[in-house]
Amino acid sequence: MAETTKAAAPAHTENSNKKWAIGFLTVVLAIYAINKFYIPTAPAQVKTFFNAWFSLTSMGEIMIYILMALGLNIVVGYAGLLDLGYVAFWALGGYVAGWLMSGQFDQWQINFFGNPPAGLPNGIHLNFLLVLVLGGVFTAIWGVIIGAPTLRLKSDYLALVTLGFGEIIPQIMVNGEDIGGFNLTNGTKGINPVDNIKLFGHEFGPFQLADKFLIYASLAGLMIFFSLRLRDGRLGRAWLAIREDELAASMMGVPLMRTKLASYAVGATAGGVGGVAFATLIGGVYAERFNFQVSIIILSMVVLGGMGNVWGVLVGATLLAWVNNTGLVQFGNIINSATGKNIDFPSFNFLIFGVLLILMMLYRREGFLPEARVRLIMHEEEFSDVAVVTDDIEVEGVHHHEHN
Amino acid sequence: MSTTNNPVLDAQNISVVFGGLVAVNDVSFTIPEGSIVSLIGPNGAGKTTFFNVLTGLYQPTSGDVFFDGDNITGRAPHKISSGGLARTFQNIRLFGMMTAQENVMVAMHSKMKAGVWATTFRTKKQKREEAEAREFAQELLDFVGIGKTTHEYARNLSYGDQRRLEVARALALRPKVVLLDEPTAGMNPNESAAFVEFVRRLRTERGVSVLLIEHDMSVVMQVSERITVLDQGQKIAEGSPSEIKNNPRVIEAYLGKSGSEASQNVN
Ligand SMILES: Nc1ncnc2c1ncn2[C@@H]1O[C@H](COP(=O)(O)OP(=O)(O)OP(=O)(O)O)[C@@H](O)[C@H]1O
Ligand SMILES: [Mg+2]
Repeated sequence: MAETTKAAAPAHTENSNKKWAIGFLTVVLAIYAINKFYIPTAPAQVKTFFNAWFSLTSMGEIMIYILMALGLNIVVGYAGLLDLGYVAFWALGGYVAGWLMSGQFDQWQINFFGNPPAGLPNGIHLNFLLVLVLGGVFTAIWGVIIGAPTLRLKSDYLALVTLGFGEIIPQIMVNGEDIGGFNLTNGTKGINPVDNIKLFGHEFGPFQLADKFLIYASLAGLMIFFSLRLRDGRLGRAWLAIREDELAASMMGVPLMRTKLASYAVGATAGGVGGVAFATLIGGVYAERFNFQVSIIILSMVVLGGMGNVWGVLVGATLLAWVNNTGLVQFGNIINSATGKNIDFPSFNFLIFGVLLILMMLYRREGFLPEARVRLIMHEEEFSDVAVVTDDIEVEGVHHHEHN
Repeated sequence: MSTTNNPVLDAQNISVVFGGLVAVNDVSFTIPEGSIVSLIGPNGAGKTTFFNVLTGLYQPTSGDVFFDGDNITGRAPHKISSGGLARTFQNIRLFGMMTAQENVMVAMHSKMKAGVWATTFRTKKQKREEAEAREFAQELLDFVGIGKTTHEYARNLSYGDQRRLEVARALALRPKVVLLDEPTAGMNPNESAAFVEFVRRLRTERGVSVLLIEHDMSVVMQVSERITVLDQGQKIAEGSPSEIKNNPRVIEAYLGKSGSEASQNVN
């Protein structure tokens, strides 16, 4: 066994990262090129097919989910803290876009390199990039506000508090229509339209979806980069150490509170940026979209992909986001028309993801692409027998019993 | 105290009560600078509990701990450890899913500076800091004799190598004092014999004072300058190895109350 359990040297990890990064880039560019250059002139059938199965809106949404799943991965996968209310950060980011890129506050007229709709100068219209930053900063602050009092709690209580936070924020948004006479959130009607993105003199609205997709893919790519770099540095090691053994980490000079808070802040930032991006994708902010299911879906992405492993989470996020926004509807339609029934498949998504999460926790906690495995597979060429590696993961459990 | 050196660690009248159980009862204890001292006693005597008080894991019910002249009672564990009081664990507590090198580098956290920005963009300073940390980690892995395991996951190491890695990790704190909790547990007699030499090297080559909890009496007797004996939370004896060997209370604690253990432990 000892022969078979050598881990990868950093050089090899870098190599495997390179391969994955090139793969991601290739897929993104392919999607972009197909939609930009081929689809517009393609036969109607092809257009319909792509629209149904791989619409650009769903592709853009997948990129945003990748971004957010990687954010939650920092909290759950790296630092090992359970967060059941991640949707709150998504919502907060969304409302930052709603507030700063729309006519919501029409008592003011502010335009800072923004892009107000023609003839409607009222409201606050800041530049998209600036709003991305502000959304990230705003949610980071909220991450710290929520984290500071709760991160001292044991993980079960932490889960409960985050769950509550994830419920409260959307509720506030739903009821924020009249806060002492001030319309903060426009209630259930939501805030729309959110301004079109304007970058480098070009405007990207509802008809420039391919370009918008590229923008969201860039954000996802940036988050991949952040995640990998952080993982390999001082902070990443401290996060993993806390995940592995909090007590031992503190005995090795790692300040638990500060380090956990940092993971919360970074994770929240990604959620906020994702919120801003999503608001520009669908051109609005709607309170009812920020429900508990979203927290669970994003958590499932992290768990399915293999907690902590960036590429695993990327695959998990892609799959689940697609199932959630396209697969369920499409397969549901096929099944319905084949059986003559009329089942509302998308309404089962919560059930499906809930069951998936439970099954993963029971039978495959390490996810489908756990970090160790990826490293091992990428490193040991002679080591194609996956079963041996899996074996080893199970041996670990036994090990622990012996020592404790 | 028999040594003229100043105590680098000085615990005064420490008591720890768990519910009704007095695990440590009014124990005073010092580690003179540059010394190798041992804490022995039958199972359940309170040795590990005492360690946990020194390292800030437990608050003593009463008493004070002075380290390097400062009162560290009640200080956060990460501050105590980064201040130079390092330890290993009786039941190994490595970061299993991290490599040997990473395990050691975690303990350099408090001495390193890179934040989110520097780490993400790999500033010159950050790169230098990482390179130095890796180099120091390798030096420590070599020092404890597992220099070839750098990139192996801690959980995949053999039991003995895991114990060695724990020492390397503790040394990465650049400590003044290292507390070793039953470091030879699970070692064979050859390894234990070599361990005596290793503890001495800790002092001469890494300049640390060592406090050892140890059941292997041959190791204790060979390596310790002074031995403190706990029994049922109380300090029942203290002195040089030869004094302890002939102390009737110690013999009674080991043979009288738990003879079976004594025959196991006194090789
Ligand atoms: N956290 C705790 N809560 C309650 N009781 C505890 C706790 N930690 C230790 N004890 C008790 O305190 C006593 C001393 O335990 P301790 O682990 O310090 O002994 P020890 O001398 O290290 O023994 P060993 O040689 O077996 O490691 C034991 O009776 C133990 O059950
Ligand atoms: Mg003990």
